Amino acid sequence: MFLNEYNESQEYNYIKIKCEMTNLSSNISKTEKTPLFGKTLSELSEIVAELKLPGFTAKQIASWLYNKEIESIDEMTNLSKKTREILSEKYCVGLSKPVKVQVSTDGTKKYLFATQHGKYIETAMIPDKERITVCVSSQVGCKMGCLFCMTGKQGFNGQLTSGEIINQLRMIDEFKSITNIVYMGMGEPFDNLDQVLKSINILTSDWGYAMSPRRITVSSIGIIPSLKRFLVESNCNVAISLHTPFENEREKLMPVQLAYPIEKVVAEIRSFDFDNQRKLSFEYIVFGGFNDTPAHVKELARLLNGVKSHINLIRFHPIPGTPLNKTNEKRLLEFKEELNKKGLLTTIRASRGQDIYAACGLLSTKGITTEA
Amino acid sequence: MDDQFLFSNNVIGLKEIANEKYCLTFKKQFGYKAGQVVQLTCNRSIEPRLYSLCSGEFDQQMEILFDLKLGGELTPKLVELNPGDRLYVSHPYGQFLRPTPEKMWWIATGTGIAPFRSMMRSGYEADKILHGARLEEQFYFSDEFKTAFGEKYVRCNSSTNEVGDFQGRVTNYIESVKSLPKDIKYYLCGRSMMVVEVRDLLIARGVPFENILSEIFF
Ligand SMILES: Cc1cc2nc3c(=O)[nH]c(=O)nc-3n(C[C@H](O)[C@H](O)[C@H](O)COP(=O)(O)OP(=O)(O)OC[C@H]3O[C@@H](n4cnc5c(N)ncnc54)[C@H](O)[C@@H]3O)c2cc1C
Ligand code: SF4
Repeated sequence: MFLNEYNESQEYNYIKIKCEMTNLSSNISKTEKTPLFGKTLSELSEIVAELKLPGFTAKQIASWLYNKEIESIDEMTNLSKKTREILSEKYCVGLSKPVKVQVSTDGTKKYLFATQHGKYIETAMIPDKERITVCVSSQVGCKMGCLFCMTGKQGFNGQLTSGEIINQLRMIDEFKSITNIVYMGMGEPFDNLDQVLKSINILTSDWGYAMSPRRITVSSIGIIPSLKRFLVESNCNVAISLHTPFENEREKLMPVQLAYPIEKVVAEIRSFDFDNQRKLSFEYIVFGGFNDTPAHVKELARLLNGVKSHINLIRFHPIPGTPLNKTNEKRLLEFKEELNKKGLLTTIRASRGQDIYAACGLLSTKGITTEA
Repeated sequence: MDDQFLFSNNVIGLKEIANEKYCLTFKKQFGYKAGQVVQLTCNRSIEPRLYSLCSGEFDQQMEILFDLKLGGELTPKLVELNPGDRLYVSHPYGQFLRPTPEKMWWIATGTGIAPFRSMMRSGYEADKILHGARLEEQFYFSDEFKTAFGEKYVRCNSSTNEVGDFQGRVTNYIESVKSLPKDIKYYLCGRSMMVVEVRDLLIARGVPFENILSEIFF
C-alpha cells in the first residue's frame, strides 16, 4: 500500500490505548484505558473534575506521574483506595518500556519504542563526558521528504502524543542523569506542535519535571506559523535546519523551501526579540562538494548577518541511494574556519552512534512500522 | 508583498467534484503565477492553511482543489461555504514552476494535480503528465488535460480497469519507460510518500536530483 493512502484522521479518532497493567513490556491487558502520563496539570484538573474528585487530586496525580517512579495507579498511595478505583475505571498510567536497545561502540544507545497504535519510533541517547543528551522523536516517520533523511523516506505514519514523547525520556536507563533534550529524532516537531508544546510544559513546569527550558532544544525545518507560535509559547532553544543558503539548492534538498523559504524563516527570527538566555542555532549538514564552497560561506554571511546565532556543521552519513556525497573532512575544517572568519560562530558536531544508525538523519522504523 | 497578511475575499462557488474533493472559487484580487500557493481560511480564529491555486494566470477567478479531512480543523468548515461567504486569503506566493528551456514532466497523485492544472491553463507545455489515482472520479480535470495534451497525459490507474489508462501506479509507469530522459525537469506534487518514492526512483534511474522539484502537501 502507498503510505500516502493512509488515513491520518484514523490516528486521532483512536483515543484509547491498550493499557499495560502490571508487566509493562509483555503483559498487555485487554482493557482499553486512557493514559494519564503526558497529561498537563490543567488536563488532570479536568479529569478530576469530571470524576467529581477533590481539586487537589490533580496535583497529587501529577506528582506521582512526574516526580516518582510509579507504573500503576495502585501505587499512588496518598490517594484514597476509592479514588484510585474511580481513576482506574477509565485511566491507566500508560508507560511503555523500550522493546529494543542497541549500543554503539562510542556509548551511544538507540532505543526502539512501540507507540499506542502499534507503530515504532526511535530515540537516541548520546553520552558525552558529564552530559547525557537524549534525542527524542515527535512523529512516526515524517511528511517533509528531505532528500538526505532516512525518516523522510519512511513517509508519515502518525503523530506522537505528549505522553509518547516524554515516555522516551522516562523509560530509558539514563532517565535520572539526562542533562539535555533535543527534539531532533524522527519527525518534524513543528508539524506536531500542540503535543510538542504540551510535552515541554510537562518537562519544564514545577509540577512536572521542573527542567530548565535552556536544556531543551527543538529543531525544525522552519514551518513559519508554528515557529511564530513556538517562540511565543516556549522559552526553549531553537535550531533551524538550514543546509544551504541558496534557494534553488534548498528546494531540491528540502521541499518545505517552496512553502516556507529560508529567507522568510530568517526574517521571522530577526523580528523576534531573543533574550540572552535562549539559544538559536542553525543546523548545516555538509554534503561534500555541494554546499561547502566559498560561495556558500559568502551567502551564509549575508543571510545570517546580525542574527545572534551559532552554526552547527554536521557530517553527512550517506543513506542508501543518495545522490549526495559524504562530507570531505579536510574541506569541513576549512569551511568552519571560513565561516568563523566571517563572524559566524561555527562548530562541528561530533558524529555519534553511526554504527547503530543512531546518527543524525539515520533514524527510521520503516520496515517494522509498515508491517504493523 | 507580505504573504502572511490575509485579505478579505468572497466565495464565488463551491463544487464537490468527487467524493470529499471540492473546488472552491473566489474573487481574483491579485495577479499570480501558475503553480503559486495561497494561505486561506474562512474564519480568523482558524490558522490559515496552504493551497495550490489550480486556476490559470488568465482566469477571471481564483480556484483551489481541496481534499476534505474529516478530522481536520479547516476543511470541514470550507465545505459548508456558500457563494458570498467571507474568506481570508493571502497574496499568492511561491515559485514551484520555473520557466526553463528544458522540457518538463509533471507527476502528481490525488489533489497534487492542482498546480499542474494551473500551469496547463496558463499555457505551459509539458512533455508528459502522469496522474496517479485509484478511482475514475479521482482523475480531476481529466477532460481538460486530455484536450490540451492528448497522448502526453497518462492516467495511472492503480485499481480500476479503464480502457486507455495505464494499469498501475505512477512509479510502475516510470519503471516501464525504457529510456527515461535525464536532462529535463521533473515536477512532482502530492503527499510525501509518493513524492519520495518517485524522486528516489528517478534518481536511481539516473536523473540528477537537481532536475527534480517537489511540492509536498504536508
Ligand atoms: C505547499 C502546500 C500546498 C498545499 N496545497 C493543497 C491543495 O492544493 N489541496 C489540498 O487539499 N491540500 C493542500 N495542502 C494541505 C493543506 O494545507 C491542509 O493541510 C489540508 O487541507 C488539511 O487542512 P485541515 O485544516 O482540514 O486539517 P488539519 O486540521 O490541518 O489536520 C490535518 C490532518 O490531521 C488530523 N489532525 C490534526 N490535528 C488534529 C487534532 N487535534 N484532532 C483531530 N485531528 C487532527 C486531521 O484528521 C487531518 O486528517 C497543501 C499544503 C502545503 C504545505
Ligand atoms: S530531516 Fe527532519 S523534517 Fe526532514 S524528512 Fe527528516 S525528520 Fe522530516
